[in-house]
Amino acid sequence: MGKINWKDKLITAGFWLSGLVIIAILAGIIGYVMIKGISSISLDFILQPPSKAGRAGGISTTIVSTLYLTLMSLLIAVPIGVGSSIYLEEYASSRSKFARLVNLTSETLAGIPSIIFGLFGFVFFVIFLGMGWSILSGSLTMAIMILPTITRTAQEAILTVSHEYRENSLALGASKWQTIRKVILPSALPGIVTGIILSIGRTVGETAAIILTAGSSLGMPISPADPARTMSVHLYILAMEGISTERAFGTAFLIVVLIIIINYLANLSLQKLTQAMR
Amino acid sequence: MNQTKNSGLNRRGEKLIENALVLCAALFIIIIALITVFIFARGLPLLLKVGIWDFLFSSDWRPTKGMFGIWPMFVGSMAVTSVSMLWAVPLGIITAIFMAEIAPFRVGRMLGNLVELLAGIPSVVYGFVGLIVVVPFIRDFFGGNGLSVLAGGIILGIMILPTVISISRDSILAVPKEYKEGSLALGATHYQTIRRVIIPAARSGIITAVVLGMGRAIGETMAVVMVTGNSTVIPSNILAPVRTMTSNIVLEMGYASGDHQAALFATGMVLFVFIVFLNLMVKFAAKAGTANGKN
Repeated sequence: MGKINWKDKLITAGFWLSGLVIIAILAGIIGYVMIKGISSISLDFILQPPSKAGRAGGISTTIVSTLYLTLMSLLIAVPIGVGSSIYLEEYASSRSKFARLVNLTSETLAGIPSIIFGLFGFVFFVIFLGMGWSILSGSLTMAIMILPTITRTAQEAILTVSHEYRENSLALGASKWQTIRKVILPSALPGIVTGIILSIGRTVGETAAIILTAGSSLGMPISPADPARTMSVHLYILAMEGISTERAFGTAFLIVVLIIIINYLANLSLQKLTQAMR
Repeated sequence: MNQTKNSGLNRRGEKLIENALVLCAALFIIIIALITVFIFARGLPLLLKVGIWDFLFSSDWRPTKGMFGIWPMFVGSMAVTSVSMLWAVPLGIITAIFMAEIAPFRVGRMLGNLVELLAGIPSVVYGFVGLIVVVPFIRDFFGGNGLSVLAGGIILGIMILPTVISISRDSILAVPKEYKEGSLALGATHYQTIRRVIIPAARSGIITAVVLGMGRAIGETMAVVMVTGNSTVIPSNILAPVRTMTSNIVLEMGYASGDHQAALFATGMVLFVFIVFLNLMVKFAAKAGTANGKN
């Protein structure tokens, strides 16, 4: 008996160790970027445009490009994603061939690597539709990439709205669309918000698909037809071409801080969602 | 009378809205079709011109001389992916068991949040940290110039951990309580129950986790391109530099044209078919698993 206990303790220690290794990896990466990056951060770094290909100046244009591109892709993807989720959950029978095909393609889309989206965005938006390397091409490509996330989280949120709500609303004489707009969508809002937050994280971090579709121009994008370089693309180019390690650390710092905030917000809205489920 | 008129108008409006929603859903199918058609249209002609066999198994990638063999890159992708799975799959599964079965509730939840954060960190940040920390470490302690299969495997492993952990954990948590209680009631210890009852019951989910992790590793681009050195030679050992299929696309897309560009699309095509095949396989295997197992 004592022998077995001793063995069990060893196994338990091994399990705890694996958890600690995961924490150490995460803490190591985040801590390292934070400590090495903080000294590069200043108001000028955030507010000044880059000069000498990024060797000097700040990264203001890449911050604007990131926000611009993120906002545009959300504008495109959110209505389509929420619309599909309403159709799949409220109109289509889950056994219909069409609904099953849409769910299958949505899952397939979610598993495709970003470089493939980049290739597609390049050949379709940049070349075939003649949009060139631009915020618009990049946003459309990103919109396709985040569509599955937005649809899935909205679907899950709609599923949690209780049947009584919708039956009461219909019984009171509201039409189907009125019920969806006034009853189901408001209750599903936390789930939709979660999807949006997760998508922001994905767009902020994406590099491969954006470099092939939005280009890497350091100018300040004004119209959606302008090319742009997002923060992640900037970090890649600074590091790969050995332009400025110091500025690469500063950029990485801001990206990581953004991702931590986004992650925190996503958790908050998820908590709201699970509270609503109870 | 007024009412009937109103409801008539409404009905038309309702139908309009429903049609718009169908269109949204149909866009998914249209998008997948467009992706397939456009990538194949750009890549397939070259693939047929070079010959599928030569394209896949020739070791000469000299795009300026019209030689398009992606074998070194294919081996590169496999090498980096294998190294990453070698350490990340065991660590990931053990962590998943820890989170689901052993850790106190709060610790499990905290680890869950941290794993989500790990999944949220962009690949370019992993690549950057790999380039600044892992590559010099390998150079100093193992030799070579550091840009290597090993560096790629270490960074990729970290990146697939969240996939392996989350899906394994969920499938372990989904094992019916009765299985565990029955085993414990029969006098088995907690660890015996984990090994003999819970893991076998969660097997199909764990396999899904591993396969999806593998798909993620093969498809990853930015982190790998930054730490593997990108030479188009088949690596002779784990410290040699290597170029993956994804790296090849992102490195050469910027200046490629004509047949060269088509060859990059053909590379993407191979990758696309491979990944979609992996995902569909997992989906249908999982379905078969639940059909035979739980229900």
